[in-house]
Amino acid sequence: MGQITLNAVRKSFGEVDVIPSIDLRIEDGEFVVFVGPSGCGKSTLLRLIAGLEDVTSGGITIDGTDATELPPAKRGLAMVFQSYALYPHMSVRKNIAFPLKMAGMTPEQQEAKVQSAAKVLNLTNYLDRRPGQLSGGQRQRVAIGRAIVREPKAFLFDEPLSNLDAALRVNMRQEITELHQQLKTTMIYVTHDQVEAMTMADKIVVLNAGRIEQVGSPLALYEHPANTFVAGFIGSPKMNLITGIEADKLGATTIGVRPEHLDIVAEGGWEGVVGLSEHLGSDTFLKVATKAVGTINVRAGGEIKLSHGDRVRLAPQAGKVHRFGPDGKTLA
Amino acid sequence: MARKSSTPAKVVVTAAAWGIGFLIFFPILWTILMSFHTEGDAIKSPFEMLTSPWNFDSYAEVQTRSNYSLHFFNSVVISVGSTLLALVIAIPAAWAMAFVPGKRTKDLLMWMLSTKMMPAVGVLIPMYLGFKNMGLLDTRTGLVAVMTLINLPIVVWMLYTYFKEIPGEILEAARMDGASLRSEILYVLTPMALPGIASTLLLNVILAWNEAFWTLQLTTHDAAPLTQFIASYSSPEGLFYAKLSAASTMAIAPILILGWFSQKQLVRGLTFGAVK
Repeated sequence: MGQITLNAVRKSFGEVDVIPSIDLRIEDGEFVVFVGPSGCGKSTLLRLIAGLEDVTSGGITIDGTDATELPPAKRGLAMVFQSYALYPHMSVRKNIAFPLKMAGMTPEQQEAKVQSAAKVLNLTNYLDRRPGQLSGGQRQRVAIGRAIVREPKAFLFDEPLSNLDAALRVNMRQEITELHQQLKTTMIYVTHDQVEAMTMADKIVVLNAGRIEQVGSPLALYEHPANTFVAGFIGSPKMNLITGIEADKLGATTIGVRPEHLDIVAEGGWEGVVGLSEHLGSDTFLKVATKAVGTINVRAGGEIKLSHGDRVRLAPQAGKVHRFGPDGKTLA
Repeated sequence: MARKSSTPAKVVVTAAAWGIGFLIFFPILWTILMSFHTEGDAIKSPFEMLTSPWNFDSYAEVQTRSNYSLHFFNSVVISVGSTLLALVIAIPAAWAMAFVPGKRTKDLLMWMLSTKMMPAVGVLIPMYLGFKNMGLLDTRTGLVAVMTLINLPIVVWMLYTYFKEIPGEILEAARMDGASLRSEILYVLTPMALPGIASTLLLNVILAWNEAFWTLQLTTHDAAPLTQFIASYSSPEGLFYAKLSAASTMAIAPILILGWFSQKQLVRGLTFGAVK
């Protein structure tokens, strides 16, 4: 089991309210990603759940029991840190066995669990090494190993992939997703990378300045962003947010069109000049300066042959224009 | 970047370094040299002394006149005992100051250090009377307690700086892994800070071994360490240079040897954290 509920959780450091008030329910077995720009309070929220920070007010329940005042060790959660936080003076074996030792298991039980975790994570040949003798990816695996042997109610990941290079990051991302499918344990994952959020999550929690902007599945957030913040944050490249006459025409303060929802047309639409074109093979990213709506990003097919200075006409696809009111919220 | 220096400059600097080193070591050297001569020869001019016959008479006499092993034992008990006791108290204290600092932690640290700035003689009377009333005069227990208290500020400060170097996330990881406070300090913090703890231990053993104010004031015989043993040879009745030197040599030899073998550890420990 691993059902976690936050009730009006508030956290302040001195005078500063980092998290004014958050209500959130995380279901057992869910993969939840907290995403938001740096300083939005996502790591603080994770640390509150972990028990590494005390809540200023409000409550946290884990599997129905009040965990607000419980120390981290008693919450039954495991955490993987950004810096991995491995014990440098212990071998990989001892690192992974540490939580088992703390739980009072016999050395035989510890060894059996370490062996099976090492097998899953391809660490069998490294058990006698120290963390200092491992690569970044291997250290990450040890940190995960240390988390899984405890069979926790939920895993907490605090930007675990940000210290890895791009290729390794994609691999580890898939490994963590597979691990989730295998273990079916609740996972809460903090990242500032919306690609990680989109690819891994069952449920994304978008945070901004300590507040939840929107909660939903990746596709729900992509298709129906609740406000301009979520609209701009989810999706890559970013949604074009347009104000002015074109927005007024549709009865909105701001309209949003995703780069992939703009078509290159022969007539009508917004006329503009290509400023930058990036050919990725599969896609072409264009930056087009238009008179009507300013500079906008377009995601076109890989076969498009446009370059700097070419004139194009762009039209948003039907039903793909998002309308936002003066408060930034989506209009019905 | 390495600085370039000419050969003559190197020679001058090297000579100066050796000169200063010799100057610092000279009193110890002279004490050792005097200890191998008779009382009569010891007070002669340096040249006459060095050319006079060498012998172990002073050492033999010191051995028969006083109980070296008792004083040596007392020194070991007082210096090692007080250091270990101080570590037991200081490790949790430094943990708290380094990882869960309060508003007044810095003030507290400064206040602890300020106690070292006070002249010890300022509290001699209350301390002496307190010791007398508690029956602690001339006891090893009393001396261990005093030495622990005297060195505690330094021990806490040193450990605090070592602990500050340890990333807090690792201790948080231990907490997440189910470690109690005791396990966290015992299995994670202490092993990681072991080099720092070792040099703190060494330095404080040396400081406590050499301490010669309280040990002289609060002991007479039973708990008297080697400092008292040396002092017993500088009496107003007469000059006992050779015996005094022999006693001094015997008193400082153990700590000199310890310092020599642990100098790498000491230097590493004392400069730990200075360069990153």
